[in-house]
Amino acid sequence: MAELWLQFVLTIDATLRVATPLILCAMAGIFSERSGIIDISLEGKMLLSAFTAATVAALYGSPWLGLFCAVIVSMVFSLIHGFACITHRGNQVISGLAINILASGLTVTIGIAIFAQGGQTPFLMSGQRFSAISLPFAEAAKNIPIIGTIYAEVISGHNLLVWVALLSVILTAHVLFHTSFGLRLRAVGEKPEAVDTAGISVTLMRYQAVLIAGLLCGIAGAYLSIAHGAGFGREMTAGKGYIALAAMIFGHWRPIPALMACLMFGFLDAIAARLQGVELPFFGPMPTDLILVLPYVLTVILLAGFIGRAVPPKAIGQPYIKER
Amino acid sequence: MRRPLPAWVDISIMPLINIAAAFVVAGIIIALIGENPLTALSIMVKGAFVYKGALGYTLYYTTNFIFTGLAVAVAFHAMLFNIGGEGQAMIGGLGIGFVVLSLDPILPPLLVVLLAIPVAAIFGALWGIIPGWLQARRGSHIVITTIMFNFIASSIMVWLLAGMLMAPGQMSPETRHFAEGVNLAQIHHIANALGWPMARSPLNLSFGIAIIALVAVWVLIWRTRLGYIIRATGHSEKAVIYAGHDPARIIIITMAISGGLAGLMALNEILGVQERVILNFTSGYGFTGIAVALMGRNHPFGILLASLLFGALYQGGAELDFEFQTITREMVLMIQGLIILFSGALALMFVPTAERIYGLFSAHETSASDPSKLGKDRQDG
Repeated sequence: MAELWLQFVLTIDATLRVATPLILCAMAGIFSERSGIIDISLEGKMLLSAFTAATVAALYGSPWLGLFCAVIVSMVFSLIHGFACITHRGNQVISGLAINILASGLTVTIGIAIFAQGGQTPFLMSGQRFSAISLPFAEAAKNIPIIGTIYAEVISGHNLLVWVALLSVILTAHVLFHTSFGLRLRAVGEKPEAVDTAGISVTLMRYQAVLIAGLLCGIAGAYLSIAHGAGFGREMTAGKGYIALAAMIFGHWRPIPALMACLMFGFLDAIAARLQGVELPFFGPMPTDLILVLPYVLTVILLAGFIGRAVPPKAIGQPYIKER
Repeated sequence: MRRPLPAWVDISIMPLINIAAAFVVAGIIIALIGENPLTALSIMVKGAFVYKGALGYTLYYTTNFIFTGLAVAVAFHAMLFNIGGEGQAMIGGLGIGFVVLSLDPILPPLLVVLLAIPVAAIFGALWGIIPGWLQARRGSHIVITTIMFNFIASSIMVWLLAGMLMAPGQMSPETRHFAEGVNLAQIHHIANALGWPMARSPLNLSFGIAIIALVAVWVLIWRTRLGYIIRATGHSEKAVIYAGHDPARIIIITMAISGGLAGLMALNEILGVQERVILNFTSGYGFTGIAVALMGRNHPFGILLASLLFGALYQGGAELDFEFQTITREMVLMIQGLIILFSGALALMFVPTAERIYGLFSAHETSASDPSKLGKDRQDG
């Protein structure tokens, strides 16, 4: 029983680790999409910033500098997305797609040019990464049943960026629903004419929104390569940006429900990893591929309105044209 | 003074400017990583057209892009953004696999191939119909659903190829080889048999099917009732309802055609080259189809040209891989991303400037006598 409990606790712990980049990207998506800008480039920005973080950390040895540069690069690509979609009224899906494809190409091309390791970055030493933070008394608490194991395994031992991700949810919820900036942001995504009439620049609001999205994607990317992992590998985001997008939709473009969706998707991932190779009676090996596909299937079912209804912001995807 | 661009400038000069911009940025990046962009370009051109067998390889890639480009374009005409070409092609390949693996022990090869071709289209169409139906009847956004369907298709492929369909005694996730003769003949085999010496390349008969598809899509979109209604659906659903049609039905039909075209891409890879079903044979060609359709302005002739360009890019990119230590095929991915950015998302960026330049050159033609044109002057800045 104690063994089973430990397994469960460890799965929850893994869930949190897997969900961290999803949470950050989902919050990024919420900011962007709430302002009316579709952002399928979460994936690409995360990939670019993962690469940047690992590269800078490998070259200069500082994870903080890596994080900083990752955020800057991600925000630059947010600006490109904004320049295309807000300034030039380009198609938001096409722009996002372009960034994703560009990211796949750029990271490998530049990676080979710098490190000549087939697109990977060198393995990072512990000083070049964000390491796990052990909370006080975690070792001692291990022996206390239930509460102690939860404290030692689930709460303690995460790196800083996990906490940043959780904090980002609280901040997103606060900014979006309890500040005038948030009110304007949401209004820009629902009825930009109204915001314009009130004398607020729709363009400026949307640029701010995509920049915040860039910031959060940058942290997510840095988490992957210099906190959770120890270096960058080709295509290391592996569709996480799209899962985050799915989680955001699943959470109806709201921070707390989106967090729950990220945790659920993370849990599926963690479970699939644990069940890899486990034989089921009558069934043969565990179909872990089918567990991993559940987030996508569930999102399709949700979008189809079979379980609740996901209603996106009204003005999403439409460039705003100011009347003259 | 700014003037609206005449149609010929809009369809010929503007796309060239956008591609040029993409290549300039790519050139800057190549220079930044310490290589000479002009050398790279000349190697790409030689690699795509000049070397022995190069043209065959270029046309082989072109085949993929014609199918996926047409798939995106047909959907675009109904204002549907199908980014699920990748998944639809995978499922098309799966369809070929089902037909061939179950029938090749009992039926003659030619008959198996003739059965497999429509099945590829049907399977691809089914994978397009579901998102189409979800969009039309349940209101879910087609972009998101097709993204999800790409992942679902990919998981199904992994699950089947590493399970049920995996060849016995095989470690990699792929099916057994198809029986002897169950393929679309490669052109160099045919040419050599006819007495024309021709270098080896994977170019095969599916190129011919791609050309037929180009013509068929042109006829469908511009010469049939259905094509007219598809375009009308893209412009105004209300008008379509008023004309007595059900837009939801049109959306589903359009997605079926679109998915079917993407499914046909599997012919080139599975029946033309691999002769077995492997994992990830689509290698992003479905996404490239979006770039192809954008550049080709959703017109079959434009798609043919854009497919040739991308075919040359892919083949030339493979050549870069050999010649340079620092440049790999991912360079092509980068250029592709830039092309989508400039000719898709930033398509309108150069228009105001072009209009000003055009205005300078045609200023002496008085516009006051043509009030209809004045009214059309763009109001944006």
